Order: sequence, then structure tokens, then C-alpha cells
Amino acid sequence: MIRYDEVRIRYPRATRDAVAGVSFEAARGAITAVVGPNGSGKSTLIRALIGRMPVMAGRISIDGAPTASLRAEEIARRVAVVTQREELAFPLMVDEYVGLGRFPHLGMWHAAGERDRNAVDQSITAAGVDHLRDRRIDALSGGEWQRVRLARALAQGGDALVLDEPTAFLDVGHEMAVFELLHRVARDGHAVLLVSHQLNLVARFADHMVLLHRGSVAAAGTAADVMRVDVLSPVYEWPLVVTHDPAVGAPALVPLRQSQPRSP
Amino acid sequence: MSFWRWVALVVALVAASLLALAVGTVNIPLLEIWHALAGANHSMASIIVRNLRAPRVALAILVGAGLGMSGAALQGTMRNPLAEPYLLGVSGGAAVGAVLASAAGLSAALLPLAAFAGAIVAVIAAFAVAHAAGARGDPRVLLMAGVVVGAFANAGIMVVLANAEPNTVRNALWWMMGSVADGTWTQIAILFGYVVAGGAILVLLGRHIDVLALGEDTAAGLGLNVDASIRRIFLIASLIAAATVSAAGLVGFVGLVVPHLVRAAGVRRHRPLLVGSALTGATLVVLADLLARILRPPAELPLGAVTALIGVPFFLIKLRRLV
Repeated sequence: MIRYDEVRIRYPRATRDAVAGVSFEAARGAITAVVGPNGSGKSTLIRALIGRMPVMAGRISIDGAPTASLRAEEIARRVAVVTQREELAFPLMVDEYVGLGRFPHLGMWHAAGERDRNAVDQSITAAGVDHLRDRRIDALSGGEWQRVRLARALAQGGDALVLDEPTAFLDVGHEMAVFELLHRVARDGHAVLLVSHQLNLVARFADHMVLLHRGSVAAAGTAADVMRVDVLSPVYEWPLVVTHDPAVGAPALVPLRQSQPRSP
Repeated sequence: MSFWRWVALVVALVAASLLALAVGTVNIPLLEIWHALAGANHSMASIIVRNLRAPRVALAILVGAGLGMSGAALQGTMRNPLAEPYLLGVSGGAAVGAVLASAAGLSAALLPLAAFAGAIVAVIAAFAVAHAAGARGDPRVLLMAGVVVGAFANAGIMVVLANAEPNTVRNALWWMMGSVADGTWTQIAILFGYVVAGGAILVLLGRHIDVLALGEDTAAGLGLNVDASIRRIFLIASLIAAATVSAAGLVGFVGLVVPHLVRAAGVRRHRPLLVGSALTGATLVVLADLLARILRPPAELPLGAVTALIGVPFFLIKLRRLV
């Protein structure tokens, strides 16, 4: 559904490409995860999708239509983006905030109608934040806020969710809750594309992984294809091991200490 | 906000306006105000109401409404609770225009035009600085550009005033302190056009401001053309502010404090916030001008000082609740 074809992006005044010819596809009904070290170009891919970074070569397309040929609100009606950080300068109520997800559907002269209200209600329920409806955004915990942001993205009504570090700053329980929610969203037919540092979580939930290194794809495929010592160690430039715990059911990465701790 | 709160805002504005028409060196009963506004007679009271107080109240309403809406739009767009119309260099530019016109010996009737021209030049300069910095729609860069242009304008004023005649200095100073005393109906009609048309556009763009207040990346993800939208809102808010400054000089603190008062009453989305800020700003300036007239008769206090004197306590209460 969302396709990157040989995409090249360079920041103004930079000497090398931030993204140097990246191709992959995020399909409907699946979670696609882009992973990689800091500065590998992960977030840049998302910013380019919503037109905040110019694409120098290659193209990004949504269901075959290049984003360059789509108006911003047409993209927003199909693809909802949850950025890494979002701080409201002036707090809103949760339902008012989720209501802003309907923005791409509302003309300047139109008030929100029955359809918009239904979409807001359904996405608040889907994200499991019914009990927070009448709370102010600045009274939410980090985990609650992240779920409310997901509700806002679902209210946009498209069939793709794009998330930049959806579990940054969340504890283990809230991390799992967010990924379980994304899993349900994907199972319901959405394309879910996310950028994350949480390799072990991603390995358990993602159907497709793309490992970026210095703006290029270093590896891509299932968790078994990417979560390998010979693939990850050179990319992260750190010694590590990959373990397979049957209770987890997916490969897990464990970075090693630089020198083995002395035994007592 | 509930229906009755809106009614209360409208009633407060009407009551403040009637009070300002009635109270002064000569107190006029409500019934006579009614007769005067109906235009039936030529009594002393009628002349005072029609020729002196009504234009003042009308100008105060428009200045307050314009600055309130301009401030509300800018705070939301810049995501900055300290943003206000004068920060964009509008005030400095207008002051330079007025001071230059005054120093050049132009007639007082041309002062508002010169001030408006100065304000527009300052806004264009701020946009040009931001553009040269390579960030056409970045609100922080626009804010900094406005501050820089304003500082430059202030320096210019001091240079001009250093060698100016006492009369010019007095004119410029009076004007920089703000006043709605000498408004003509022509000026009021022009300002009415700017405030109503500009305000209507801002209200239409209210949902854009809601989305911009979430941050630029989120706004872009919601399908807003961020840079163009920010520029448009800045331009309209600056035009409204420039028009108020050219009609009444610098009336400080209204654009900053009024949106916060309305938010404190539970208004969060920008369409109602803009309308509420217009009503509250109008009420505040009408009352401030009334106080400016009656506190130390026969002298008049500068309006800008009174708006700050009223605004600061409100602001401090709001700040206390915030912390």
C-alpha cells in the first residue's frame, strides 16, 4: 500500500544523503518495521511521506499513486501519521483532540457531522480510551497519551498507520499494550508502518523488517532474516548475541559488555 | 463553553459600552443616551454622546476586538503563550512611521496612514528576514525575525527623537501610549472593515490553527499545507494589528492577556476562542478607556498604561492557577 522506490533524500547543506536509494513496501494487513541505529534515516522516511522533506530521486507512492501527485489532505485521508513527539501548547479535551483527526475530511465551511462523530467514537473505543474521553490531555500519563494519539490517527479513517517510535518513553507494560493494539489494527486490514529502536519487540510483532544503515537497506525480510548476529553487529557496531527463548517465540538481541564483568 | 457564558460575554460588552457612554465629567442617564443615539435632539447630552463618547466607545470596541483576535490567532499558530501582535514588529514599525511623519511636519491627519505604512513595512521586513534565514514558515524564526525588526525600529525611533523638536517628541510619545480619544468616523469605518473582514477569515481558518497548535509535523500529517497556512495567518493577524495601531496607537497587553482569559473560561478550540477573544478584548478596552477618562479628571491617563494595569492582575491570577 505504501511503497518506497529507490528514494533518495538529502538535508540542505549536508554532504551525504540521509536516505540513499531505499526501496520497500508496507502492505495491508501487516506490520512493517523500519529499524536501524540513530541517524540511519528512519524518521526522514516518514517526514518525506508527509512532504516535510523533499524527495530528490525515486518516489513514494500510496496504492500506486505517487505522493507528489496527491494533495496533502488526500494523503491524510489515506495515511495517518503519529510523530515521535507531540506537545500541545494549549491542552484540549481527549475527545476534542481525537476530533482533530477528522480535519482532512472537513472543508472550511463544514461543521463535523454524524459520520465524523461516529468515526471519533469508534476510534476512541478501538484504542481503548473510552474512560479518558473527558480528561484533559495534560492530565494523561505517557501511556494514555500515546493511546489517545493512536485514537486520533485511527479517526483519520484511512487504512494505513505510520508511527515514529510509538513506544519511546513507555514502560514494559505500556509498550506491550501499544504493540498489541497495533497488531489488532493490522489484523483488521490496516497497513502499519513503524519506525522503532525496540528490536526485540519489533521482532515479535512485525511481519516484515527493514534494517537501515547509513541511509541504505542493510537487510530486509522476516525477523529470522534480520535478527542475526552477522547482520546486526556490523550495523550497530557493537558486540552482541541473538538468543532464542522458546517462551518468547522470536529471536531476541542481547548486547554484550565491552569487557566481561569480573566474577566475584 | 456553554450558551449562557456567551450570553454573559455579550451582555458584559453591552453593559461596559453603555457605562462608558453614560459616565464622565458629565453623567448622562440611560434614557438620554437612547435619545442621543436615536438622533432625535440637539441637547448638550446628545452632542456629548454622539460626538465625543460614541466614537470613542466604537474605536475602543474595534481596537480591543482586533487585538484580542490577532493575539489568539498568533498564540495558537506559534504554539507560544507569550506571542502577541506587537512581537511581530508591527508596533515598532508603526511607531517609526508615525514618528517620521511627525518629524517631517506632516499633518496629524496623515499620522495613521504613516503608521499603517510603517507597520506593513515591518511585517514585510520580518517575513524577508525569516525567508533569508531559510525558514519561510517556521514560527520560531518568524517570531525572532519580528523581535529583531522591532528592536531595529526602536533604535530608529530613538535616533529620530534625539534631534526632534519637543512638539514631535510629545506627539510621538502620546501616540506610543495609545489613545482612542481622537478617532474620526472615517477611521472607525476603515478599522471596522479590517477587523470584521480579517476576523471573519481568522475564524474560518480556526480549525487550521487548532491543527497547527499540535505542532508542524502533526499538522502536515493531518493534511495541512503548513508553511502557507502559517504565513497566511501571520499576515492577517498582522494586518488587523497594524490597522488598530494606526487608529489608536499602541494599546499594550490586550493581545497577550485576552486569549488567556478566554481559555481560562474553558474555551479551547480556536473558532470559539477567536470570537470570545474579540468580545472580551472589546469589553476590556472599553472599560480601560473609561478608567483612563475618569480616574484623574480633567487629565486623561494613557490607554496603554491602563490596559496593562488591568491586564497584569488578571494575568497574575491566571498564572497562579497555572502553577
